[in-house]
Amino acid sequence: MSFWEYANPKKFMQLSSVLLPWVAGLAVLCLCVGLVWGFFFTPDDYRQGATVKIIYLHVPAALMAINAWIMMLVASLIWIVRRHHVSALAARAAAPVGLTFTVIALATGAIWGQPMWGTWWAWDPRLTSFLILALFYLGYIAMWEAVENADTAADLTSVLCLVGSVFAVLSRYAVLFWNQGLHQGASLSMDAEENVADVFYHPLLVSIGGFVMLFVALVLLRTRTEIRARRLKALLNRERMA
Amino acid sequence: MIALLRRDLALAVRAGGGFGLGLAFFLVLCVLVPFGVGPEAAILSRIAPGILWIGALLSCLLSLDRIFALDFEDGSLDLLATAPVPLEGVTAVKALAHWLTTGLPLTLIAPGLGVLLNLPAEGYLWLVASLALGTPALSLIGAFGAALTVGLKRGGLLLSLLVLPLYVPTLIFGAQAAARGAAGMDAVTPLVLLAGLSAGTLALMPFAAAAALRINLR
Repeated sequence: MSFWEYANPKKFMQLSSVLLPWVAGLAVLCLCVGLVWGFFFTPDDYRQGATVKIIYLHVPAALMAINAWIMMLVASLIWIVRRHHVSALAARAAAPVGLTFTVIALATGAIWGQPMWGTWWAWDPRLTSFLILALFYLGYIAMWEAVENADTAADLTSVLCLVGSVFAVLSRYAVLFWNQGLHQGASLSMDAEENVADVFYHPLLVSIGGFVMLFVALVLLRTRTEIRARRLKALLNRERMA
Repeated sequence: MIALLRRDLALAVRAGGGFGLGLAFFLVLCVLVPFGVGPEAAILSRIAPGILWIGALLSCLLSLDRIFALDFEDGSLDLLATAPVPLEGVTAVKALAHWLTTGLPLTLIAPGLGVLLNLPAEGYLWLVASLALGTPALSLIGAFGAALTVGLKRGGLLLSLLVLPLYVPTLIFGAQAAARGAAGMDAVTPLVLLAGLSAGTLALMPFAAAAALRINLR
């Protein structure tokens, strides 16, 4: 019994069909609790007023936008090294989800920035890096769509993901070099004594958990769809041959 | 490999190679900018380094799909892949040929266009230095993009979508070096980072491009 057994599409489908309702349910629960708690049962910030509450969407979305790319990187590496098709399909499934999280983070940031900074958009390093991340997602998705042969597409996108990761990190530091920031420092980090005041912190953790579960649920669902689509294609091909 | 370099250079320079096209595009772009932003000398000299860098980058992009596409169509890329030279070497030589036919001429004519755009006098040296150090990275990253998209029908559009985000660090360091030089500030730091970027892409991109080519030739 090892982790790699789930690289078998049949095993993966069995496991994911059991897991999916639980993960999805947990996502709904966490998001409901976290967002309702965050939106209605926390005090207004003494300087930002009620606008502070967008943090419950903005921070988890931004966090997952980056983690989705890291997950795609790991899945691409697994595909290159071990040639498990489920892994390539999972990377493909994660890309649009990651792009959506990136767009959510940018949009909520703009909505918050308008009253707080007085502008929808500033060429701040963090904002710019996220815009570049969105471009990388777009290129990755376009590459998947453009190549007809499924294995070639998986190989090419994996190579693109590896090279893209290097350049995404490079761009991050290049952008820091290029312009000074307006965005506040990291809201959350492992080693800080206290990150955000506890009243805001606990619902934030719950909604981050909700976003993680939402991401896992969406990727599982989309991977299942991809596997089914590929099975359908194989069946149609067999029909045509017969 | 030297024979390959000679062949690529000859193909690019002779009729139909599109050698002059990139340069002409660069010229036209720099002529169009004043129509877009107005002819005030102060504004032009402020934005000249950035415009020249973006112009060089776009002209580079124009000829990228030619690096592998023609050889892929007539089958000589298959011969090169089975030839007794490593494919990594082939991609490096092709990137070098691309640089010699676009990056180097662009670097050489950039000061002339700097005059058109009213570039401050102290900026010329930095502009040429930054282009000379930065355009190899553009060619090498571009060769990787071209290798990724070589077998595709509408590869050209996809190529620009893939390559332009990859150009971000090069553009930032290059344009910063040129702009800081033109403003009389210290431009050595971005220039060194730019040279490091070129050296890093020279070391790594041929391998990535060769990997992509092998996938596409399978």
